[in-house]
Amino acid sequence: MLRSFLMAAALAAASTAYGQSTVKIAILGPMAFVQGENHWAGAEMARDEINKAGGISVGGKKMQIELIRADTNEIQSVPDATNAIERVITRDKADFLIGGFRSEAVLAMQEIAMDHKKIFLGAGAADARLGENVEKNYDRYKYWFRVTPTKSPDLFRSLMAVLNSIGEQVRQSLKKEQPKVAIVAEKAVWTEPIVKGIQATLPKMKMEVVGTWQPSAIATDVTAELSAIERADADIVFTLLSGPVGISLGRQMGERNMKAVAFGINVEGQKDEFWAATAGKGNFVSTLDTYAEVEVTPKTVPFVRAFKERYKKSPTYNAATYDAIMILRTAIEQTGTTDADKLVPVLEKMVHVGTGATASWDKRHDLIWEVGKTAGIGVQWQNGKKVPFWPPQVKGMQPFQMPAR
Amino acid sequence: MFQDILVTGLVNGGVYALLAVGFSLIFGVARIVNIAHTAFYMLAAYCFYMLLVKADLGFAVSGILSVAGVTLLSVICYRLVIEPVREHEAAVLIATIALALIFQEVMLFSFGGHYLGIPSTLSGVVSVAGVTIPYQRLLILAVAAAMLGVTWTLLYRTRLGLAIRATANDLEVANLMGMNVNRVAMATVAISVALAAIAGVVVAPVYVVDPFMWLSPLVTMLAIVVLGGLGSLKGSVIGALIIGYVESITVFALPAGAFLKGAVALSIMVLVLLLRPEGLYGVAFEEER
Repeated sequence: MLRSFLMAAALAAASTAYGQSTVKIAILGPMAFVQGENHWAGAEMARDEINKAGGISVGGKKMQIELIRADTNEIQSVPDATNAIERVITRDKADFLIGGFRSEAVLAMQEIAMDHKKIFLGAGAADARLGENVEKNYDRYKYWFRVTPTKSPDLFRSLMAVLNSIGEQVRQSLKKEQPKVAIVAEKAVWTEPIVKGIQATLPKMKMEVVGTWQPSAIATDVTAELSAIERADADIVFTLLSGPVGISLGRQMGERNMKAVAFGINVEGQKDEFWAATAGKGNFVSTLDTYAEVEVTPKTVPFVRAFKERYKKSPTYNAATYDAIMILRTAIEQTGTTDADKLVPVLEKMVHVGTGATASWDKRHDLIWEVGKTAGIGVQWQNGKKVPFWPPQVKGMQPFQMPAR
Repeated sequence: MFQDILVTGLVNGGVYALLAVGFSLIFGVARIVNIAHTAFYMLAAYCFYMLLVKADLGFAVSGILSVAGVTLLSVICYRLVIEPVREHEAAVLIATIALALIFQEVMLFSFGGHYLGIPSTLSGVVSVAGVTIPYQRLLILAVAAAMLGVTWTLLYRTRLGLAIRATANDLEVANLMGMNVNRVAMATVAISVALAAIAGVVVAPVYVVDPFMWLSPLVTMLAIVVLGGLGSLKGSVIGALIIGYVESITVFALPAGAFLKGAVALSIMVLVLLLRPEGLYGVAFEEER
């Protein structure tokens, strides 16, 4: 009796898989927020492009992409994120998982994805432990790959490269041998290694750290911090901010006519809405970013233009879900299967020219860092426009500007 | 550094005072712990954004309409949600938490989690003792002082104020003396929420407007009213200034612990609850009432 039942169940499962006409991809993100909106928008663009061309060829059979929209609400609640990923795997039967934003939530979601042996392409979290897990326990975590951004230590390398260039400009324009840098980093997991690294590295770069301020990620007022920074006579405000505090900082620096220039990571500063959110006070705020109308790869400019035309705003780095789906398509068509265990070795060897980066992966399944390929770009708000300025060798870059003194 | 602490503490304390006085007022009179108080502040900020930025009605009209609209909404909420359960303090507490969450979710649904910015009513800065202060911050401080003055005048120089104080003193006796205590409570809710709405309108241009902007001030406000003495207006003002200064000192003395601002305020609240549960002016206000 039991044997017959099991056989029937196995046959039913096999026939379902055989008869499946779509590849189900769950897009995981905080959908009420800009990060999730970009996750979804990038995925929609990839889906429409692939489906319009007939779908993905899986062993000779053309299959359409079906996206599952999973609101993780991870900015507010990590448990909401784990519930969302559990639901798309067990109830919606997703074949692949793409997205995530907040490192704390993605670390938790990674565990669930690995429990179910599902390929999970990260498109938002920077925490290095996501990749370290792969190295420590390959058999369990091999299904995880990071598509964007680079891991925290590599973000640090990008930041140092840009900061070095800004520091040089400060030296020349202010005739100051040793520029003073104030570090403003929100208190969060992802900022910790970068803060430690920059505190140790800046003196070697002949820059003086005048202090480190760590407001809450959801702080709405940094007046006291900025007063102290002004008092310390900082030339550069190095930021590590992913929350609304990035807007408060940009706006309040502008309102106070501060002579220091802000650079670092300011996730809110990457969005088109930043200028309006700062009521036009966010001039000179600069940040590491992924997308602008510059030729990071041959696909970047067409993608950014198509995105702007469709969604009436620029993509943020989370829209690299587009690249993630294209990476999956390449791997599936190459292997002729959606079997995760067969796709992993192909992904490990792949070099993918995407819209935001030319991606290849190391043994931790982290992006291999290289300026002009995966290191990202530097952008600065100049009179209401987000202007790309780094790396200078990429076609389309413009000069970095300093506030008038 | 001393002058930085002095100025930033005063300006931040002014904002907190606007919120805390309204919250304390409604508790002192009607024994309503209105957790939705800062949610009304959030709603006023959204109204102001819509009317000023989207409808382009100008600062004055947008501000007046926002305060009036949110105050009217508070009266409706009082009649529909709070009044039916007013006799049960726990039910009132839960009902106001529910109200706040409903407002938050409605805003999240309507506007998404986007952070919105409102232009400053006054632009430019002034330097006081070497400390740069934007005019908008001074406006907040001036409005806070003016509103505290108006509230005091209303309470101590008008018939409505007399009724409010009488109700606060002894609700049953006030009822027996022929006062419509429900109407007095409703008027107090309106005054209290109007103060929160005014805070939302003047503060919105310096902060970021988002559906969760009510949570952080709620925690700070609770710390202030516990410190000052729940129900005491004078205590609320002094508590607000103390918390404003404590936050500034935290940031200046411990830059890497700036995120602890809220935690320090809460620690003060816990300490006060342990050492002097009635707060700084709780007893004095009881006698006053």
